[in-house]
Amino acid sequence: MIRRVFLALAATAALAAPLAGCSGKGGEAKAPAGPQISGAGATFPAPLYAKWAEAQKQATGLTLNYQAIGSGGGIKQIEAKTVAFGASDKPLKPEDLEKNGLLQFPTVMGGVVPVANLPGVTPGGLKLTGPLLADIYLGKVTKWSDPAIAALNAGAKLPNLPITVVHRSDGSGTSFLFTSYLTTVAPQWAKVGASDSVAWPAGLGGKGNDGVAAMVKQTPGAIGYVEYAYAKQNGMTYALLQNASGAFVAPTAANFAAAAAGADWTKAPGFYLLLLNQPGKDAWPITGATFILMHRQQSDAATAKAVLSFYDWAFKNGDAQAQALDYVPLPDAVKTLVRQSWSGVVGPDGKPVYQPAS
Amino acid sequence: MSAGSPRLSRRAAEYAFLVFCWLATGLALVALAAILWALFKQGVGGLNLAVFTRSTPAPGSEGGLLNAILGSVMMCVVAMAGAVAVGVMAGTWLAEFAKDSAYGKVVRFVNDVLLSAPSILVGLFVYELLVRPMKGFSGYAGAAALALLAIPVIVRTTEDVLRLQPVALREASVALGAPVWKTILAVVWKAAQGGMLTGALLAFARISGETAPLLFTALNNQFLSLDLGKPTANLPVVIFQYALSAYDDWRRLAWAGAMLIAVAVLAVTIIARLSTREPKRS
Amino acid sequence: MSAETDQVETAPARTAKGVVFDRTFEALCFAAATLLLTALGGLIVSLAIGGWPAFRTFGLRFFYTSTWDPVQEVYGASGAIVGTLITSALALAFALPFALGVAIFLVELCPERLRRPIGTAVELLAGIPSIVYGMWGLFVFAPWFAKHVQMPAMMASPPGSVWEKLTAGVPNGANILSASLILAIMILPFIAATMRELLLTIPPAVRESAYGLGSTTFEVIRKVSIPYVRSGAVGAIMLGLGRALGETMAVTFIIGNAHGFPSSLFASGATIASTIANEFAEATGELHTASLVALGLVLFIITFAVLALARLLIGRQAHS
Repeated sequence: MIRRVFLALAATAALAAPLAGCSGKGGEAKAPAGPQISGAGATFPAPLYAKWAEAQKQATGLTLNYQAIGSGGGIKQIEAKTVAFGASDKPLKPEDLEKNGLLQFPTVMGGVVPVANLPGVTPGGLKLTGPLLADIYLGKVTKWSDPAIAALNAGAKLPNLPITVVHRSDGSGTSFLFTSYLTTVAPQWAKVGASDSVAWPAGLGGKGNDGVAAMVKQTPGAIGYVEYAYAKQNGMTYALLQNASGAFVAPTAANFAAAAAGADWTKAPGFYLLLLNQPGKDAWPITGATFILMHRQQSDAATAKAVLSFYDWAFKNGDAQAQALDYVPLPDAVKTLVRQSWSGVVGPDGKPVYQPAS
Repeated sequence: MSAGSPRLSRRAAEYAFLVFCWLATGLALVALAAILWALFKQGVGGLNLAVFTRSTPAPGSEGGLLNAILGSVMMCVVAMAGAVAVGVMAGTWLAEFAKDSAYGKVVRFVNDVLLSAPSILVGLFVYELLVRPMKGFSGYAGAAALALLAIPVIVRTTEDVLRLQPVALREASVALGAPVWKTILAVVWKAAQGGMLTGALLAFARISGETAPLLFTALNNQFLSLDLGKPTANLPVVIFQYALSAYDDWRRLAWAGAMLIAVAVLAVTIIARLSTREPKRS
Repeated sequence: MSAETDQVETAPARTAKGVVFDRTFEALCFAAATLLLTALGGLIVSLAIGGWPAFRTFGLRFFYTSTWDPVQEVYGASGAIVGTLITSALALAFALPFALGVAIFLVELCPERLRRPIGTAVELLAGIPSIVYGMWGLFVFAPWFAKHVQMPAMMASPPGSVWEKLTAGVPNGANILSASLILAIMILPFIAATMRELLLTIPPAVRESAYGLGSTTFEVIRKVSIPYVRSGAVGAIMLGLGRALGETMAVTFIIGNAHGFPSSLFASGATIASTIANEFAEATGELHTASLVALGLVLFIITFAVLALARLLIGRQAHS
């Protein structure tokens, strides 16, 4: 009997063997020869890091395997030293970095976009302000015909539907940005607070960006929030948001960049900076960067060097790829600051492991 | 039963019962068909030769699922080999040696508890046990987590079918002078092989699509690697990450991968069933 | 039914070599069984250590309060506990009769030629990845459920009745009931396949004699087959219940993920497994992680309790 099961297993393996065989001819699919570097963490930048890894493997032979296990997972793994670097959408505070001997730097930016399912309303045909968004998510404004919404949207034909609030059910950097934004602009949100998962006063939770998008699409009158790429690729009805200068702006890559350009990175130790509600007439108010975490003191200088050279290469050559996937590259001035910060990563000999050629 | 004619009510109950059995099977098949149809509709568009010959791509690049398929096959084979060995032995001990002893009862109870262990917790346990001390994710850790999920299913089914084998079977063998171990191996296991196989297949079916325990043990790997000592690519995690992404080419691959798992389970089930005889029933 | 295998051991004519092999074989089997115990022990110890900060901070409140607030760092498990119990119980209630029907159909009614294909098809239902159930549930089943079950049920319920309370909710198919139905589909093959194997082990003579006395199929199943396989059948049910209690991905996609007590069948809820799956990856605070791990321990306690209850009930039945 056991023999039979083994036979069955062997048969499965045999089925797979030809696949391994034909991979040799494919050329591309050879097992990597060099050392492999692992990183893990935030979900948001994972597609882009995969793109950069693929490009660099071809260009320089460097094999870097990044896996999305969540920002919390990234922070825990770098602390446990099971990976060469961690990644998080939520920057660690300077004192936390200090405590764990970590260095943090941003790599790329994105935005969070409120989306709605309103029959008869086109993308951009809905205007919202931060405090109104907070009232909706608090469950205080429950109908689309509410005077507060009508006052902002004179001329728009909003249906008389109840508002169904949809939020992320899983802990997420997207939720962190969204709730941090509400905390920044709406005092009434303080009782809920800002975190990657909060005690939502109203609504239901969808798993992942995709789950939120699906719930919003399936429920007329629903409102949700997703990463920019989802809103764009799914052609969802996004809302215009009022920014710090009072203008109603659309979620576009240019407006995310405007938010980053207005920020003063030099006064942010450890790059601890949220790009929320930044000044500038084009700045999209819910913009954020994603971060890499590394130990300052490295026992294996070669691996650390490879990680930093990976991001150096990406800063130089990866902007077009980032834009193609709806991410927003860092402004050049910020990239220079980040490169300067890398001298803080030192090997066993106390010398910086990587010198970017500038 | 209190109806005027007991014969009539007996017949009515019989018909109602038969109709229900037909209906139940029909509904189960309808559910299966609906899910398979959805899988097929979404998955077939993503299927092509590259799926089997190239590794997982970044969005916008060409690629396939080769690394994930190989990683999954390697981990499942290692996990099932371990799980069948441990599970069948433990099930045999419960059925043949433990009888109604207190320790047997405890082990039986423990096994039932393990059955409901959420896979994510099993993954965390293996993470603490293997990944953290060894300072790195690995395919072996993934296989260990999968084995831990498969074992209780095999133990449960093995014990159940062994216990239902008639005592006369064992007596006949022993009366012929066979030692107990040979009796169990050659007679009892042989008689129970259909049921034990069902257990192994259910266990395989359960672990083949598990995402949660692999995320913190095998992690995943963007590139092809045959080294189980390193982070190992696998289909469930790839499906999970790609299915929830914003990019159409990734989603197509996710559905193609999901279809491959369903097909693999079907293939293994059929191969295994063909290699054993179906119990005859008049 | 636990066969008296004692005779086997007192059988004559055993060689010394046979005895050595017997001892080794039994020792190997025993070691395998003990490994199970060690695994669960290790699992529970690691959960207890990981969850300790939560128990220390909240004490018994952790079990009976339902606030789940990662910002204020206040955690209570009762909402998730109730959600887990309701969905699992409903799933089992839906799945059990159908699984029995399928098993009986395969063993008693099915034409010989279709037996193997249909049996394989049911087993295949167990092999569909749980993420696929989740995606199918979210994109296909939930909209269908909202339109064809939830809406009519809400329309049909008279205002002010208990029925209206039970059916209140947003009609989008993400609720306790639809999650239970998905779970039922997922556990059905586990129960059905095992039950089928059990029914096949009944000696033909036993059933034939019942038929010979003029019994109908229904009566044979009810009075002969089911009692014959009872202890194994409980195992099959436990197999299904175990999966329902611990199932993560599929439930997470379709239950709506609202903490706190579900107020109706069509209200969003959360289960222990879905809460862990949702929040573990991003949990950074020590207390948040600890509370999630503690939640895992609570799931084990629930399983213990359910199993103990089942054993108690069966024990009583077996004696009567």
